Amino acid sequence: MNKLFKKLKPIVKKEFRQVIRDRRTLAVLLFIPAFLITMFGYALNFDVKHIIMAVYDEDNSKLSREYARSFIHTEYFDLYGYLNDRDQIDNLMGNEVIQVALVIPHDFSNYLIAGKESKVQVIIDGANSNTATTVNGYVEAFTGDFSQKIMLKTFLKTGSKAAVMPIDFRPRIWFNPELKSAKFLIPGLIGFILMITAVVSTALSIVREKERNTIEQILVSPVNPLELVIGKVVPYILISLIAAAAVLLVGNILFDVVVNGSYLLLLLVTLIFLVACLGLGILISTAAETQQTAFMMATMITVLPTFILSGFVFPIRNMPEIIQAITYLVPARYYLVALRAIILKGVGITAFWDQILYLIAFGGLVLSVSIVRLRKWGL
Amino acid sequence: MGESAITVKNLTRRFGDFTAVNNINFEVEKGEIFGFLGANGAGKSTTIRMLCGILSSTSGTAEVGGYDINEEPEMVKKHIGYMSQKFSLYEDLTAAQNIEFYAGVYGLENSHFDERYRWVIDMAGLSGREHSLTGELPGGWKQRLALGCAILHEPEIVFLDEPTGGVDPISRRGFWDLINDLSDKGHTIFVTTHYLDEAEYCNTIMLIHAGNIVAGGSPQELKTDYIEYSMYELECDNVIDAMESLRTKNWVEDVSVFGTSLHIGTNEEEAERKVREELSDAGIEVRRFERIIPSLEDVFVHLVQEDKRISR
Repeated sequence: MNKLFKKLKPIVKKEFRQVIRDRRTLAVLLFIPAFLITMFGYALNFDVKHIIMAVYDEDNSKLSREYARSFIHTEYFDLYGYLNDRDQIDNLMGNEVIQVALVIPHDFSNYLIAGKESKVQVIIDGANSNTATTVNGYVEAFTGDFSQKIMLKTFLKTGSKAAVMPIDFRPRIWFNPELKSAKFLIPGLIGFILMITAVVSTALSIVREKERNTIEQILVSPVNPLELVIGKVVPYILISLIAAAAVLLVGNILFDVVVNGSYLLLLLVTLIFLVACLGLGILISTAAETQQTAFMMATMITVLPTFILSGFVFPIRNMPEIIQAITYLVPARYYLVALRAIILKGVGITAFWDQILYLIAFGGLVLSVSIVRLRKWGL
Repeated sequence: MGESAITVKNLTRRFGDFTAVNNINFEVEKGEIFGFLGANGAGKSTTIRMLCGILSSTSGTAEVGGYDINEEPEMVKKHIGYMSQKFSLYEDLTAAQNIEFYAGVYGLENSHFDERYRWVIDMAGLSGREHSLTGELPGGWKQRLALGCAILHEPEIVFLDEPTGGVDPISRRGFWDLINDLSDKGHTIFVTTHYLDEAEYCNTIMLIHAGNIVAGGSPQELKTDYIEYSMYELECDNVIDAMESLRTKNWVEDVSVFGTSLHIGTNEEEAERKVREELSDAGIEVRRFERIIPSLEDVFVHLVQEDKRISR
């Protein structure tokens, strides 16, 4: 061990010197992640609020106005205005001025007072299906609320004693009570960013040695591949950890994301994930001959799969089975589960130990393959 | 005969169907300067890579510093120094940082480090420029620094692969002085080169062509043993036409162009008269004709042509 460490030290030292010399790359590695989180945190927002609504009220009664106001008095809907003509809706929605139109028929209040069922029409812009589904949900909920109030009033009027709702529905949402997408996304972003920086920087650092021919001199020296790989990877692990801390800090300041669980556990899981990522980077570097190819391969392997297949944005559960099988090849998939568990839920390792095992297996496999491939060069 | 530093036995390396090195045998004595010559693709680099323990042989073996290249490549690596054809130090580190790095890799003790560090700086003439970026140093300095890093750990055997490629003539001269010093101190030097004038500095020369050793010996032996006829140099116009008209004559053993003159090998007693006659028939005037001592270049051109003729 002491012997291994002896040769490791000069390699780590040299690698650090090169990283520090290359100020631009260092700045990119350290600050881009924090910058990305700011961008993504604001842009990747799935919260649906301030939907612009137009109301076409044919009834224009006290009840109909009350019903319309029940929407507008929330942060979810903003009133565009009351329309005079039904045909205006077409135009407004076509030009994306409004996203939803509420049409209240002329007999709305008469029917309700008579204790009969009344019909309203809601027209939703379905161009963005996610938003449309959410808006539909809001309208249903508010209408349900309003119906209940009318029902209670009717009960009271008819003198019924049992003016109590059969089920009192009181939802409570755990871990992210305000249902903010930022809270859900930030752990994912940490994984996404770490994956890209770690894989790209290691792949480039080894291919650079090939491209500049410096590997020749290392090959004939008594350095073995394990020493070279560990020595090269240590500085990038440290840089990636600093970048991860920066992301957490920005997440905390801008998006109120706090780590509910143990920082130590977070560090441990992150380290395991980084080793897997760096292994992937080394594997790429054994296949690529130029930094350009390495960069392309690294971004291709990391960016899209991590974005789409890791559960970062889209739930894996909803994917077709074949795609679900592919997600097992994306290391961020395991890391994200653990990260969300630690950051949002504050739970311990018992909740996600299986994910850690997968990560260790993945990292071990990738690293062994890359060391075998490095050996082929004669290291 | 002294002890041998390198012993090569039936060493062969194939890449698929292609035989890069074909069953070669030779010995390198301790402390000598051993020149390994051949054209690009002749098998020089493949041989060096095998001897440095970074490429295993297909069959046959070699001992370098007493260690088998296939069995103990790690031990081989500890006992050799290697300077590659292409500059391979870190250009984005300073000269001092490069030395420090290789000292660490070869496990130089701290006490020993200072002494070796000074030695490399002095040898490379880098005093005062230790903290310049390596990439910003002029060619000759870079090359001496590369040599310094390769022999920092005082290896018994030093491999130099085309060490003077792309270096100006004065630096080349200085570099060979360094090589001679090392050899005097007992290091064995295994050097490949394109420059045949440099080959004259070697104690022993081995010529490899198409994976085969075609000749070996001291420069003197090569000149006398392999050329069994007299060499003449002649100057005339139209050297190509002159060569064409002489080549077909049965009394001419060898004829080749050297710049603006022609070298002719023959056993004919009255060579000058016959050549002048022949060329004046072809309308070519001979301006100068004299007997020369064959240079290594003559020897190699002859040997390579011979080898081609045999393999055809």
